[in-house]
Amino acid sequence: MSGQEVAFWLLAPVMVLGAVGMVLARKAVHSALCLAAVMICLAIQYAALDAPFLFAVQIIVYTGAILMLFLFVVMLVGVDSDDSFVETLRGQRVFAVLLGVGLVVLLVAGLGNAVVTGPAGLTEANAQYGGNVQGLAALVFVRWVWAFEATSALLITAAVGAMVLTHRERLAPRRDQRTRAAERMQAYAETGRHPGPLPTPGVFARHNAVDTPALLPDGSVAEDSVSATLRSRSRIRTPEELLAPMAQRHAEIAGDRQPDPAVGHQRDPRPGESVAEQGAALKASQRTRGEDLSDVERGEQLSDEERI
Amino acid sequence: MEPSYYLVLSAMLFTIGAVGFMVRRNAIVAFMCVELMLNACNLALVTFSHAWGLLDGQVASFFVMVVAAAEVVVGLAIIVSIYRTRRSASVDDANLLKF
Repeated sequence: MSGQEVAFWLLAPVMVLGAVGMVLARKAVHSALCLAAVMICLAIQYAALDAPFLFAVQIIVYTGAILMLFLFVVMLVGVDSDDSFVETLRGQRVFAVLLGVGLVVLLVAGLGNAVVTGPAGLTEANAQYGGNVQGLAALVFVRWVWAFEATSALLITAAVGAMVLTHRERLAPRRDQRTRAAERMQAYAETGRHPGPLPTPGVFARHNAVDTPALLPDGSVAEDSVSATLRSRSRIRTPEELLAPMAQRHAEIAGDRQPDPAVGHQRDPRPGESVAEQGAALKASQRTRGEDLSDVERGEQLSDEERI
Repeated sequence: MEPSYYLVLSAMLFTIGAVGFMVRRNAIVAFMCVELMLNACNLALVTFSHAWGLLDGQVASFFVMVVAAAEVVVGLAIIVSIYRTRRSASVDDANLLKF
C-alpha cells in the first residue's frame, strides 16, 4: 500500500464519522469540533493528493480562521440556546434522509461513470514551474488574474458588510462611570440592593471553580455568587454536594478509630489521680455523654479527650 | 490510487452536509453543514486536478475557499444580528417574511 492509500483508508472513516457527528451533536460547540476534525483530515488528504499549498491553506483558513469565527459566534449566540429537536414539519427527517440516500446514489453512479482513467498525477505539473506554489501562482496571476482581482473586491465587501450588519446605533446616551455609580446608589436607596461588587464564588477545600456557589452563614446559597449564564446552561453544585465529602471524611476518620478503645493512647494521670481511676473516668464520661451522639461526633469527642 | 474512492468520499460528505442542512434547526449548525458541502466540493476539485494532472482544479478550490471565507463572515454577521433582535438562533423563529 502506498502512503496515499494508507492516508485515505485511515482518514476517510474518521471524516465520515466526524461529519455524521456534526449533524447529530446536540450542542453547537460539539458540532464545530467535529467539523474541525473533518477539515484537518481533509487537509491531510490534500497533502496526499499533491496539493501542499491547499494543505496549508486548508489548515490556516478553514480550521484556523473560519472555525474560530464559528466558535466565537457560538459563544455569543448559542451558549444558552440548546437546539430543539422537535420536528416542526411532520416526516421532514425521514424525507431528508431518503433524499440524502437518493443523492448519494445519484452522485456515486454519476461520478463512477465520469472517471474511467487512472490518475495522471501532478508531479509533472508541479515540476513545470519549480513547485506546486509556483505553478499555482502562474495560473492565478496569469490566466485567472481577473477572478483573483474580483475576489479582492469580494473580500473587502464582505468585511464592510459584516461591520454594517453588526453595527448598532446608539439609541440611549452613553452611561459613564458616574451615572452607573449614581444608579447603584439609587437602587440601594430604593430597594436595598447591595451597591458593592457581587460575591465571589465559594472557596472550599475541594472546589473553588466558578460553578461553586458561596454559602451564606445559614447554609443557603448566595444566588449572586454564580453567573446566571452558568446557571441556565448547566447544573451548579449544591450545598449538600459541597458538604458531603467533609461528613464522609469525618466518618472515615471515626471508623479507623475504635469508638471504645481498650488499649490506646492515654493521657498522663492528673495530679491526685491514680492510673486505674483515669481509665474508669474516661469510660464513664463516654457512657454519659456518648449515648445519643453519632459516630462522627463521638470520634471528635474522643480525639478531644485524647488531646487533653 | 483510483480517483473514484475520493469522489465517493466527497459525495458522502456532501450528502451528509445536505441532510444536516435540511434537518438541523440551529442556524449556526446549518451553516456548518454548508461549509461541509463546500469542503466536499473542494475535495472533488482537488481529486480531479490530481486525476488529470492539471493545476486548474486546485486554483478553483482555492477560489472556493476565498468565497467561503467571505460567505462565512457575512453569514455569521447576519446570524448575530438576527439573534440580537429575535433572541434566538433557530431558523424557525426567523419567519417574518412568511406569507
